[in-house]
Amino acid sequence: MRAYKVFSVLALIAMLVAACTPAAAPTAAPTTPPQQTAPTTAPAAPATAPAASSGGTLKVAILAPLSGGQPTFGVSTRDGALLAIKQWNAKGGVLGMQIVTDVEDSQCLPDPAVNAANKVINQDKIHYIIGEVCSAASIPVSDIANAAKVIQMSPTSTNPLVTVDQNGQTKQYIFRACFIDPFQGKVGAKFAVDTLKAKTAFIMYNQSSDYVRGLAEAFEASFTQLGGKIVGKETYTNTDTDFSAILSKVSTASPDLVYLPDYYNIVNLVTKQAKQMGIAAPFMGGDGWDSADLDVAAADGGYYTNHYDPGDTRPEVQNFLKDYGAEYSGKVPDALAALAYDATNLLLTGIQNAGADDTTKVATALQNIKFDAVSGTITYDAQHDPIKSAVVIHVTGGKKEWVATIAP
Amino acid sequence: MGLIDIFTSLVKIIAVLAYVYGLLWVLGKSSRWVKIAGILVAFGIIQLVITVNIGGSPIFNGFDLGLLFQACSMTMVALGLNLIYGFNGQFSLGQYGFYGIGAYTAADITYRWINGDARGLIVVLSGVIIVGLMIFGLRQIIHRYRGIPVLTQFTLYLVGTILAGIVAVYIGRGIAPAINPLLGTNLVPGALAQGIPLQVVFFLAIICAGVFAAETSFLFGLPVLTLGSDYFGIATLGFTIVVNTLMLNSDTILPFPEMKGGRGMIGIPKLTTWFWAFVFLVLVIVVMRNIIRSSSGRTIMSVREDEVAARAMGVDVADTKLISFMVGSLFAGIGGAIYAHYIGFLSPNTFNFLLSFNPLIIVVFGGLGSMSGTIAATFGWTFFLEGLLRNLLGTMGTDAPTWRYVLYPVTLLVVMLIRPQGLLGTTEWGFLKDILIKPRVKPQVAAPGPIAPAESQQGLD
Amino acid sequence: MQKASVSTTAPTLAHGPKTRLAWVGQGFLLILAVLALYIVVRNLIQDPVQFGQIIIGGLQLGFVYALIALGYTMVYGIVKLINFAHGDVFMVGAFVSFFSVTKFNLESWPAVVFPGLPAAVVVVIGTLTVILLSMIVCTVLAITIERVAYKPLRDAPRIAALITAIGVSFFLEYFGALKFVFTPEFIPYPSPFTVVTFYINNGIQMMVPGKPLPGHVVTFTSIFVIFIVATLLVQFLLQYLVHRTKIGIAMRATSFDKPAARLMGINVDQVISFTFAVGAAFAGLGGVLYAIAYSSIWTQLGILPGLKAFVAAVVGGIGSIPGAFVGALIMGLAENLTMGYISTPMRDAVAFTILILVLLIRPTGLFGEPEKEKA
Repeated sequence: MRAYKVFSVLALIAMLVAACTPAAAPTAAPTTPPQQTAPTTAPAAPATAPAASSGGTLKVAILAPLSGGQPTFGVSTRDGALLAIKQWNAKGGVLGMQIVTDVEDSQCLPDPAVNAANKVINQDKIHYIIGEVCSAASIPVSDIANAAKVIQMSPTSTNPLVTVDQNGQTKQYIFRACFIDPFQGKVGAKFAVDTLKAKTAFIMYNQSSDYVRGLAEAFEASFTQLGGKIVGKETYTNTDTDFSAILSKVSTASPDLVYLPDYYNIVNLVTKQAKQMGIAAPFMGGDGWDSADLDVAAADGGYYTNHYDPGDTRPEVQNFLKDYGAEYSGKVPDALAALAYDATNLLLTGIQNAGADDTTKVATALQNIKFDAVSGTITYDAQHDPIKSAVVIHVTGGKKEWVATIAP
Repeated sequence: MGLIDIFTSLVKIIAVLAYVYGLLWVLGKSSRWVKIAGILVAFGIIQLVITVNIGGSPIFNGFDLGLLFQACSMTMVALGLNLIYGFNGQFSLGQYGFYGIGAYTAADITYRWINGDARGLIVVLSGVIIVGLMIFGLRQIIHRYRGIPVLTQFTLYLVGTILAGIVAVYIGRGIAPAINPLLGTNLVPGALAQGIPLQVVFFLAIICAGVFAAETSFLFGLPVLTLGSDYFGIATLGFTIVVNTLMLNSDTILPFPEMKGGRGMIGIPKLTTWFWAFVFLVLVIVVMRNIIRSSSGRTIMSVREDEVAARAMGVDVADTKLISFMVGSLFAGIGGAIYAHYIGFLSPNTFNFLLSFNPLIIVVFGGLGSMSGTIAATFGWTFFLEGLLRNLLGTMGTDAPTWRYVLYPVTLLVVMLIRPQGLLGTTEWGFLKDILIKPRVKPQVAAPGPIAPAESQQGLD
Repeated sequence: MQKASVSTTAPTLAHGPKTRLAWVGQGFLLILAVLALYIVVRNLIQDPVQFGQIIIGGLQLGFVYALIALGYTMVYGIVKLINFAHGDVFMVGAFVSFFSVTKFNLESWPAVVFPGLPAAVVVVIGTLTVILLSMIVCTVLAITIERVAYKPLRDAPRIAALITAIGVSFFLEYFGALKFVFTPEFIPYPSPFTVVTFYINNGIQMMVPGKPLPGHVVTFTSIFVIFIVATLLVQFLLQYLVHRTKIGIAMRATSFDKPAARLMGINVDQVISFTFAVGAAFAGLGGVLYAIAYSSIWTQLGILPGLKAFVAAVVGGIGSIPGAFVGALIMGLAENLTMGYISTPMRDAVAFTILILVLLIRPTGLFGEPEKEKA
């Protein structure tokens, strides 16, 4: 019975404590920033919630997969977003408030992303989230953020269902900075049929990546609609490195074009093996190709659709490339970094335009925004997808050259 | 940091500790009424911290509650694994597969239900019942004739299951149109798609999910459980990978367009409340405790200790393994169902095979063959990894979160090196000690590990 | 106890000589086998070139698995531990060679030291040095892991060592992904030599870059040849080591009966460390070759090859060195054939089905010694 007594006493204390608290609530009004390291359950909220307009700080959370299966994407995204925030702070912040960032690891998985979102929303009382990278993590986060009236700006989640719920209703507080799958697929197909005069195409896609699969499906639909023929469709998974079986099918089918809308790491593997197998058909992909680590020798002759052309002379592009290199010891930004940079700028400009730290006003401001971003001039449509033109880049002779700009 | 923050944190910690203690209380020896009172208090404490507001927001905010739900479903998964591995000695890495099966099954039922399609519930319910009856009936027959090889049994069960599945689909086609008009649509729910009927459907979905996972585990376990211990582990890991592949292709290879394959299933109603999570967790704990304390529990443990001796005592080793494997999967399935309706979104990546080590880690941490250890370890693990590390690293700058999964394995290593037998070893926390059979004390095989009896026969050649 | 045993008296799994209805299960297996054979043969006849290409891809994959599987099979044979960190040692091997090539230009040292050497000799010696360095680093790493994470747990339950193995594996992956350690990125790997492609068309001919192939032909690369040579070399080396040397005898003795080996004066700890070291060295070799062949590396590249290699080792019979080799080839071929002719996503399903079937028919794997009758 001793144990039970201890338990009852504990329970009683807990209840007493719980019962007493409402009375204590109005007395304390903490304003100091949270520097606590309280154990287990959770250190309490910083409780700076609505006081933000008092010229202090504005808190922005960055949700990125910093560990787990996709650390690359997370680090690039975080770096791009942090660069934008640093520049804003150097200019005096937004609405006179310095921006404080809270970086959270969300692993590209629903559970950690939801935990991270719950933490920044409920505990840190942050009203603005930049992230997540993967749609699989952004979708559950968007539900939480929308319900809590927190603005979520996803840099790279391409699944249409991030900003729209299953009934087709637009989520008021959720925005994105990237193309959605159908648009890029359509642009790719149009270019393939009109410019490359491709009649047959072979599609290779990663079945476990939402982004890749979305693009592949969109391309297939548009390409068939435009009169092309899909002569083969093969899938692989995240962890594959040997594509010889698929490529031997490509070689047998000998299509005019191979559509491979994956990230550069897979593109490097596939195009290299394809070259070794003597496959001459050009490869084509999406913005995932955009990276300094793209193996231009292997991908030679390939095309990809992108948000911007790094050779573009617009100051937004050139300044971004310069600043990013200066900040991160000469690194060349990939698509994820560029989009995270754009997403952050869009969000902060939205706050600036709204004139107040009020998420409903910011949502309206973002809806009506017209912003010159690295990836073109962005406006939003009714589904909170950015309207911006896409460019097609040709990889040739070790260089990435602009070949076409296709307006939405 | 304000006084009030310290205060709420303290309340939260106390509440969670009290709650976990309350759960452990069920395992104790005290009389039934004391236990019921204790568990009610545990329920009440958390309910209290969820409802009571301090400074405008509840003490237990969405973050804490999310962790609590995750811990609850993970506890069920881990307890199931502890039954399979800790108590029965079958080294399994398939628990996440069954967890995923449960999650997708339950999610599909409720998703279809609120979208005006009763087929999900009817097909799964009737399928689960018919397959159950088929397994039961076939078992009677197979038991009568000795000497039917495992592969033959498997083939018979497989054919039976396929036939039963076809029957269930036809039943669904027959009955569903009669119910569908009452369900309305997602935007305009009908009479049966809201309120108490929906809760009943949710309850049925959880049960169906659990039983479905258990029946799958029967089919899979029948041939595979005859493999040696580590081989069984690898085969079950393969099962997790295959289930994950099927999830990734649920809309292409499997005929479930609403699951959307690798893109993730959205629109699952978030029906898991604190009440449901709690009820099912307690149910799982009570059922497992009763199994362990019954004669079948002792049979299960005798297989772990020494298969040959157990067989000599008349224990049907194969059957015992199957039963513990099925019950463990049942728990995992229920946990998955609770999880799916908490998060409202299912992605195959959640059930990635790398994450399937999580329950194993938890069970070993808590101590193999210790229920109280597993419960404590699950809560500790969840609140450490997602709560403590997230909070600590979140305050330490923009580069710190990358360290979360560096600190985690280091902790894992240190804990294992300090306490290789886990938190509680094979014993229970205080009150259960004397009830359970003490394991054989022998330094090399003190705790159940995947030790092949014929350890020394394989050499390098 | 009494009650439970009364209700279930009849043993369901027959071990006795008399079996009934065995044909049903065997028929089931036969149907599967015939189906698989039909698919393979039909495609062989339909398009032999594609078939040859798929076989070559499968063999190459199989050789990668083989190099990793050796470490698994030896370690498991001796300490009965699934060394999950082995795949990550393989990854470290790839990264070490990456840094030695990009940061230190190690592959061209002979040209610097002996300027007069012909280019071919420089490439061979330089590449061998790169490989050797990776092997040494991997060996040191494996011994460290063994000393820190496994040795203290040798008398603890085996599962504890398994959990620390998982811990070490996570640690290597995520610690390596930190910016200042390796990199979180996928990085292209600069091969220390140029990979050339050959094709079979009236004998073996070399492909000229930029020039199209003469139609539909089977191609393979120089890496493939190197893989064959390296794997076979390793195979014979290990056979010699295990069967002809003193330490090999000690290894076999330790694997057979540890306490008895200790009584015979064998330093068991040293033998175990040595086993880890040998396995890691070959994993390092595999890592470098893998990186050259697939030319893209990141910190988690070892997970899946590691797992598949273990499966291969089990299929071949754990503890058996030729078994690991054969098992790895079977896995590689099965995977590629599935990808080519059945359906890419079901590749893992087929691989694990093969594992389960092999174990059901031969519980100790293809080359494993049959388990003695349990008392």
